Amino acid sequence: MTPLLDQDVAARVLSRALANGGRFAEVFAERRHGQVLAIDESRIESVQSGAEEGAGVRVAEGATTYFAHVDGLDPADLERAADEAAAALKGDRREPQPLRAREATPLLIERRPEEVPAAQKAAMLRELDERARAKAGEVAQFTASYAEARREVAIANSDGLFTGDDRTRVRIGAQAVARREGSVETGAETLGGHRGYELLEDDPAQIAELAAQKALTLLDAVAAPSGSMPVVVGGGFGGVLFHEMTGHGLEADHIQKGASVYVGKRGQRVAEPLLNAYDDGRLPGEWGSDAIDDEGQPTQKTLVIEDGRIVSYLYDHLTAERDGVASTGNGRRESFRHLPIPRMTNTYIAPGEATPEEMIAEVEKGFYAVSFGGGQVDPATGDFVFGVSEGYLIEGGKVTSPCRGATLIGNCLDALTAIDAVGNDFFMKTGMCGKGGQKVPVGTGQGHVRLRALTVGGTER
Amino acid sequence: MSDLTAAAHRAVEAATGAGASDAEAYVARESGREVRVHGGEVESLTAAVQTGVGIRAWSGHRVGYAYGTDLSQAGVAAIAARAAEAAAVADEDEFAAPPQPAEIEALPGLSDPSVAEWEASRLADLALTVERTALDSDPRLVGVETAVYADAAEQVAIASSTGVAGEYETSTCYAYLQALAEGEGARETGLGFGLARGPRELDPEAIGAEGAQRALEMIGAGKPESRACAVVLDPTVAASFIGLVGGGLSAKAVQRGRSPLAGRLEEEVASAAFALHDDGREPSGPGSAPFDGEGVPRRRTALIEGGRLRSYLYDTYTANREGGASTGSAARGSYRSLPSVSASNLVVTPGSHSFEELLAEAGEGVFVNDVAGLHSGVNPVTGVFSVGASGRIIRGGQLAEPVREFTIAGQLVAMLGAVSAAGAEARWVPFGGSVSTPPLLIAELAISGS
Repeated sequence: MTPLLDQDVAARVLSRALANGGRFAEVFAERRHGQVLAIDESRIESVQSGAEEGAGVRVAEGATTYFAHVDGLDPADLERAADEAAAALKGDRREPQPLRAREATPLLIERRPEEVPAAQKAAMLRELDERARAKAGEVAQFTASYAEARREVAIANSDGLFTGDDRTRVRIGAQAVARREGSVETGAETLGGHRGYELLEDDPAQIAELAAQKALTLLDAVAAPSGSMPVVVGGGFGGVLFHEMTGHGLEADHIQKGASVYVGKRGQRVAEPLLNAYDDGRLPGEWGSDAIDDEGQPTQKTLVIEDGRIVSYLYDHLTAERDGVASTGNGRRESFRHLPIPRMTNTYIAPGEATPEEMIAEVEKGFYAVSFGGGQVDPATGDFVFGVSEGYLIEGGKVTSPCRGATLIGNCLDALTAIDAVGNDFFMKTGMCGKGGQKVPVGTGQGHVRLRALTVGGTER
Repeated sequence: MSDLTAAAHRAVEAATGAGASDAEAYVARESGREVRVHGGEVESLTAAVQTGVGIRAWSGHRVGYAYGTDLSQAGVAAIAARAAEAAAVADEDEFAAPPQPAEIEALPGLSDPSVAEWEASRLADLALTVERTALDSDPRLVGVETAVYADAAEQVAIASSTGVAGEYETSTCYAYLQALAEGEGARETGLGFGLARGPRELDPEAIGAEGAQRALEMIGAGKPESRACAVVLDPTVAASFIGLVGGGLSAKAVQRGRSPLAGRLEEEVASAAFALHDDGREPSGPGSAPFDGEGVPRRRTALIEGGRLRSYLYDTYTANREGGASTGSAARGSYRSLPSVSASNLVVTPGSHSFEELLAEAGEGVFVNDVAGLHSGVNPVTGVFSVGASGRIIRGGQLAEPVREFTIAGQLVAMLGAVSAAGAEARWVPFGGSVSTPPLLIAELAISGS
């Protein structure tokens, strides 16, 4: 396999990118390989494999970024992209700094997934299918998918940076449909990491059973309550609550445009002192981790909330430059076809001291949101909404009936101050985060978290 | 023969040469531009070209797929070989078979020359006009988060070993903004957008004004009281729900028991006020094309008429399972994706009510002009939904104070049954696929607020 980006070619491309001036230029080259298999109706189908390569070149001048991307990695392709990016500039030629190669150490991959025969992956999916269906005769439908993706990237910029990374991610997902008389319910579960096939060494079919169990549990569900009440949020993917209601609003682009409720709030208290939160792109093997971000900056662990105070925003190169600070290694892009923007990596609420049992026991009448299907926030207004995929009533300090069709809705600033307990049962889960039309893998995590009051939007009064 | 069609034929030969019993190649070339502006300046200017091929290979009744960007002879051969290998891993499925060729009627007018002709500076002016119109509209309009113009011109060619062959060109563009208004101690956002085949058809002032108006009218919004009441859905909101209904009409979801509309053919699933069809040849439809993602001619399919479910949407595979014909509903996001059953342009038949008449008929209720959390708040299998919403109170048949931070909850099919009137003026909306719908009056939905 040919190297992704030759140093001399990179230097030439950067020089062409600055032919009409520019403060900063960058070339991002990428080779992507992926494989996807799915099982549905107990049959392996949708066996797909993809291979793409291409590059994006950007030039920044004034407040403007000029960007062009091409498919293909021939020097001629890269030069075409550089010329295209430079075309709209009208200044004098600038020379980039000489490139200095900086090695980044990619995350450890023990077992390259592309070396595992597809038949073995198919057999793994068949086991998921069998295990889910074995849970109960009421499991009427089951689907599961396996996806692996490798992204080799090389980055060179006019400040002389020349670096690269080699990223491999593996993820499986399971969805079950359970049926009893007129009642139909669904359950889903995923497992993923910035890891190789070793991710699946320890009984991956457990996720199939978990998905099936969720659907089966919901067969006994009552309609979700509606109105404001105490809410206990489960660990792991429950962290998507923090991701949406705080993480996005701390991304520096939203802050700089005045489109975040956290504008001007750095250093201010926004939550009880029991709340500490991080964005950490270096967690070994986690779904949102990389050795470097997509601008070549080493990823880091950034404390964003310390004892209830906002202490940092999340920066990429250009937003950091504007604020006169260092990038926090959060410049991420979906692919060479996208511009990097400030994005979260793995975002989590640090473990607290409460046990989940204590937190629930203190609630007379409330709602227990074990996990979410996902969520959405408008960073400018702070309004958020989360679809609950597994939820229960809390009555007299005890978890009682499962509920269907619940949504949590609220405003970030109110909800943050309403957090009155953080659990000690920390773990991470995987998600895909969308922003500005780009999807990137992110990790979310926390122990159980309790909010004094939040609006539950169901159909029951 | 164009170079794309030639590449598609080469890919088909390479796949059959690699051992596939049948093969199909879908080649697409796209060039696009995007301008983002902020604060009166161009924030980013993007120029993009991409070309790729997706090859579907059959080995008897097994099917595999591979895609890639390398269209050289060797590159295509490698992709073809991977597709043939992938087929060997799949399980046998007696209904998996390549589509047979059918006559494809040309569909002119899908491409607008202004997409290619307008220079970047002119596109930037368009986006800047969108932003400026909003900012100039009212002192309480304090900013625009982003104003964006984007376009794409695409050429598609398809060929298969069974003789399917076709090619078309299409162009689309859109502009939108997220406007920020401030008042009564809070910040509000408003979306304005327009879509067309070329920039000359866009009205930047109207787009900017829409975003501004939507943000401004939300100033002072509070939470509504929890209750069940009449709801009027703005076309942008109605379109999102119609898109979900379209997903439930996919024969794949139906055959696999994953649709709230499964087993309901010819049954009453909606009120008489609601009629829906899919039309992949509608000249003004953003999703129009002469043929679908597997080369089957696009057509018009009545879905819900007189309140009854008339048809599901089929691709070749789901049609084979029922011994019927494809409705030309195999969609592809790009050459990277296998064709899958999806609507092309969903069209809700407009009614006779003006917007004011819809409000008057609602009497007391809520006008919903934005929803959030659709991807997590709707269960596509059961149709049960609960999503975040914002809008205005309807009091005495007229719009009153703004409300936000509440949910609307219900079930999709029940909601179709509760449509008591459709507005007269429809609009194309790019949410939920490509949907043309007027505002809809729903007799009753559950609102959860304070």
